[in-house]
Amino acid sequence: MNPQSRLRRRLARIEETAFLFLMRLALISVVMILGWILATLLIKGMPVLSWELISQPPQGGYYLGGKGGILNAILGSLYLAAGGTLLALIAALPVVFYLTTYLHQKTRRAALIRLALDVLWGIPSIVYGVFGFLIMLSLGLRASLLAGIITLAFLELPILIRGMDEFIRTTPEELVQSSLAVGATPLDTTLKVISRQTLPGLITAVLLAFGRGIGDAASVLFTAGYTDHLPTSLFEPAASLPLAVFFQLGTPFPAVQQRAYASALVLTIIILVISFISRWLISRFNKYLVR
Amino acid sequence: MNTAAGWAKRPESRTGVRKQRNRIARRLFSISAGFIFLVLFAIVTMLVQRSLPLWQNVSLPDFLTGRVWKPDQGLFGLLPFILGTFWTTGLGIAFALPLSLFSAIYLAEYARPLTRTVIKPVLDILAGIPSVIYGMWGVLVVVPVVQTTVAPLFSRAFPGIGLFQSSNPTGFSILSAGIVLAIMIAPILIAIMYEILLAVPVGLREASMAVGASRWQTIKYIVLPKATSGLIAAMILGTSRALGETMAVLMVVGNVAALPRSLFDPAYPIPALIANNYGEMMSIPLYDSALMAAALFLLLIVLSFNILSSLALRRMLQ
Repeated sequence: MNPQSRLRRRLARIEETAFLFLMRLALISVVMILGWILATLLIKGMPVLSWELISQPPQGGYYLGGKGGILNAILGSLYLAAGGTLLALIAALPVVFYLTTYLHQKTRRAALIRLALDVLWGIPSIVYGVFGFLIMLSLGLRASLLAGIITLAFLELPILIRGMDEFIRTTPEELVQSSLAVGATPLDTTLKVISRQTLPGLITAVLLAFGRGIGDAASVLFTAGYTDHLPTSLFEPAASLPLAVFFQLGTPFPAVQQRAYASALVLTIIILVISFISRWLISRFNKYLVR
Repeated sequence: MNTAAGWAKRPESRTGVRKQRNRIARRLFSISAGFIFLVLFAIVTMLVQRSLPLWQNVSLPDFLTGRVWKPDQGLFGLLPFILGTFWTTGLGIAFALPLSLFSAIYLAEYARPLTRTVIKPVLDILAGIPSVIYGMWGVLVVVPVVQTTVAPLFSRAFPGIGLFQSSNPTGFSILSAGIVLAIMIAPILIAIMYEILLAVPVGLREASMAVGASRWQTIKYIVLPKATSGLIAAMILGTSRALGETMAVLMVVGNVAALPRSLFDPAYPIPALIANNYGEMMSIPLYDSALMAAALFLLLIVLSFNILSSLALRRMLQ
């Protein structure tokens, strides 16, 4: 081997080592940023988190540092996200069944529907907020739990359909074919075979959409409003956790800002729990699937 | 004989019922799928319709290039907000791109299965964290660092370069927004780029290594060129996410409607403009129209980016 090619080989090795270092660095920093965010939440939020905070609505003078808690926001968020997810699910299921039952994967129509869904998924939540606001005006509603639920349903719809669609696509083709071969109609196959096979996946998609809905602030800012009362009616405004974080952080009082940290911690815990449940569901039910 | 005919008939008719049910379901489901297009159509038309009154008083070029935004005087110049959006998004992408690309290459080409199974949930959780949480973290961590450390350091290290001069005593700035945005879109970018890299056929890698190329040489000369268009599509997708991001950016960017000159200046992106002003938009004439026009402008950019990247990604991953 002549010295020149040896040098070249050594340079190549140095280059690889350098890039490998950069790649490891990038990946480690991604993991560390997650750790940093969670640590910040825990350190700032944990000392303020108390039973009073999560079990009471705001009392008089709450935003000046008075007594009370964020139960209004916790309940409001749960109602908003649950209602939005339910509404989105009702609209989503027929579309999912249509995509999986009647359109073979490669048809143009299926591709077009999936493209439209991907495009809808990418529309910013602030635009959904504006859209929901306009719908709300045209229906003669004011900022209310119902208007928030409708807006979130639009926001969650593409997430839900595409999520379920992706899971259903993992169904083995043989399973579908053998169901059709014994005389089942496509509808029977979808309702009795595919949906049973992919049920954990479908539930996971629902949970993911719920998590997206509960964390979204920009869409409910216009439509659900904010109130210190617990939500009791569909036609009254409803508070939500993301907005509780946002508004409390914006006050000049440190005591109130600290409650924003605790609210953020509560919101993150809810989302982490949802994420863990869906992870567990998938691993738990995976062993019962036909492969 | 009757019974025999009955025996023969019953399954027949049940099959008929099942087939009919199948046909009806098919019809209903296909109508519901049309709903998807209806939503897309409704969003665009409603915004167009609501922004119409504005065009009677303000021309489109004036709207897009005007520098003054004073709704009470009927002045609607969107330029500061457009620039605010592009600055924060551009910076976010500039930070996120190397981070994501390096991470994705490592995951696809070098990482052990164990590393991949550990990283997957980390990315999922990062992608699932609500934007207010990122915003709050930005206020607590990024903004103070920019204010006390980064801004003074750059001002001193690069005197004379306007881009790095700080005239902003707070840390609420384009730089803070860019950092927060980068962290928010990195998990999405990594996940897509990883899939694109995996879609490059293994045979190509094997062929390259068989003629003596190292792993990195294979990546550099075979995998990356093959994946370039997909990686660009991923970047466009990330850009469109960043363009529309509202709460996190709003919380750290300062919200000052001026043309930004430096990384440390505050800015006012379009989503923040909409979110901050919807409350008063009904009380000033044309204000709501102008905000809807701003939303429409944002939507059209995001839509075209989305369509572009979705089409390209689909072609890559099939």
